[in-house]
Amino acid sequence: MKDKTEYIIVEFSKTILIYGIIALSFIGLGFFSFITLEHEGHWLTGMNNQVVWGVPHVFAIFLIIAASGILNVASISSVFNIKIYKPLGRLSALLAICLLTGGLIVLVADLGRPERLVVAMTTFNFKSIFAWNIFLYSGFMLVIALYLWMMFEARYNKFVGKVGTFAFAWRIILTTGTGSIFAFLVAKEAYNGALLAPLFIALSLLIGTAIFYKTLYWMDKGLGITLGSEIIERFRKLLIYFIFAVFYLTILSHLTNLYVTKNHGYEFFLLFSGNIYTFLFWVCQIFIGTILPLLILYNKKLSKSHLGILLASILVILGGFFMLYIIIISGQAFPLDLFPDYSESSSFNDGVTATYTPSIYEFMLGFGGVGISAAIYLFAIMVLDFTPRSLDNKATTIKE
Amino acid sequence: MKKYKIKLDRRNFLKGSSMLGISSIAPGIFFQELAHGRDLDEPASSKIRWGMIIDTNQCTEECDACVTACNEEHGIEDFGRSTTDTQYIRKLKLTDDSSGKTFNIPMMCQHCENPPCVDVCPTGASFIRADGIVLVNQHTCIGCRYCMMACPYKARSFVHENLENQVPHTPRGKGCVESCNLCVHKVDNGENTTACAEACIKDGHKAILFGDLNDPESEISKKLNKYKTTEVRSDLGLNTAVRYIGI
Repeated sequence: MKDKTEYIIVEFSKTILIYGIIALSFIGLGFFSFITLEHEGHWLTGMNNQVVWGVPHVFAIFLIIAASGILNVASISSVFNIKIYKPLGRLSALLAICLLTGGLIVLVADLGRPERLVVAMTTFNFKSIFAWNIFLYSGFMLVIALYLWMMFEARYNKFVGKVGTFAFAWRIILTTGTGSIFAFLVAKEAYNGALLAPLFIALSLLIGTAIFYKTLYWMDKGLGITLGSEIIERFRKLLIYFIFAVFYLTILSHLTNLYVTKNHGYEFFLLFSGNIYTFLFWVCQIFIGTILPLLILYNKKLSKSHLGILLASILVILGGFFMLYIIIISGQAFPLDLFPDYSESSSFNDGVTATYTPSIYEFMLGFGGVGISAAIYLFAIMVLDFTPRSLDNKATTIKE
Repeated sequence: MKKYKIKLDRRNFLKGSSMLGISSIAPGIFFQELAHGRDLDEPASSKIRWGMIIDTNQCTEECDACVTACNEEHGIEDFGRSTTDTQYIRKLKLTDDSSGKTFNIPMMCQHCENPPCVDVCPTGASFIRADGIVLVNQHTCIGCRYCMMACPYKARSFVHENLENQVPHTPRGKGCVESCNLCVHKVDNGENTTACAEACIKDGHKAILFGDLNDPESEISKKLNKYKTTEVRSDLGLNTAVRYIGI
């Protein structure tokens, strides 16, 4: 079916300039961090031989799974044929490319030897999920590019449904692959579970939707693309569904772990021992990232307001970030149990919780990735007609 | 005086020259066999599986000769940052939860037959040699640290700093992952020992015994048959080449 939405090429304005400068500043900080770490080594970060993946990985995985989730809006329109989302299809695919690029660049910039990227792209060990992910990520880019082509070219609009379905399947596999990075670690009690993959899929849908809404809010206020109450209501419902999906899978994964006696140690460590991860879990993930947004989304007054949904989206984004932080960092900080019947101590921090305090360089690297995503988005909307002229109720209901 | 006449026909010439050839090569082969050394272009043999037995009864708390020897052998510097400094081998103190009895053991890469680090390495830089030694190719390691996440023994270190004065036989560099390589340079030279095992013998403890697990006549195989040995995290089914006695 032909797309009858009217799209515009956004003109250069003061808003674009301000956000462009912010994005470029983030990129500058990220580049400075990258060069410094390359020159001096990773000892400048908080990462060490116990916690080997830190804040850059939290940022990278956050952006990668958000990329997968943000494509959901395009999928709802082309795969499930809900037409109100049709005007958002191009934007959804563009944002997926932006976030994926930002995430991958953070991941590469944090490698010990990033100049050997060519080795990673030419030498593969197919038993490694990492090697598979290289294909899944680069393939995702190609599939979205094809998807966008079908959406942009009026003659090929009829293929959008088929390509959209393919992209939908691809991104489910991609997020499964990202979740499996952790699920395949046999020795770590915090991971090693099949539930991580669906949990990552649910989280990707949640933060993808929240980031999309934040972008729509910005378009409304910054670019004057009016956002109608119908779209706001749809996003409110989507956020509620996905918050519950993530919450359900979180409870399920902890209950599964609590059923297995050997995993009690980690569950106690995370949920009840009163360390930083316990705080992050209950306060940041559960209260800030789950309960507060739900209260807002169900509140009579706030749920109807543009600002209320924005606030809920920001809380969800923070909650999702902390959730990944907890999964990635606490699983490494919890000591490995080499000898189950013995207590261990050594010069290499055996038997004790590993310390990890992220350094400013790690945050700079992470925000550099966010800057890259934003810069690509700003550039793209100024050169191609990604942006619908209006998203008010009139523009979205005509197509229903 | 009797004259000896040499009959130099083709058959005798070939016979003589081949005898000469064999007699000149044979001692070389024989001594080569004794030393177990290999030419650089000769691949490692799967007939051999190098391994260690560590007798915890002989290992004492105050001794760290194995750690010092390893650091010297591989040129491992101490930057005074305990969480990021490389450790190929570390001393572990174990306290029995029920009896309170303590044990001291050296812990290093266990050179698994089915190593998780090799499974997860995206570029294949982590690999296992035919003779069972698990190594990191320092030319193709991209420093992603996935192997460190996967190792059940926390045996790997990431080089966090600039290095200087590396020793030629142990290539190391900032941004790559490394671990105990069972002194592969000594093995390939035919010395068939490791720095830690030598230091332990020199200090009179003889807690570390290195050898070929596949050779039924080797001291290590005989000891393996005689004593009950423990594989760390045997539940993972990795079939480690390092075994412990007494725990």
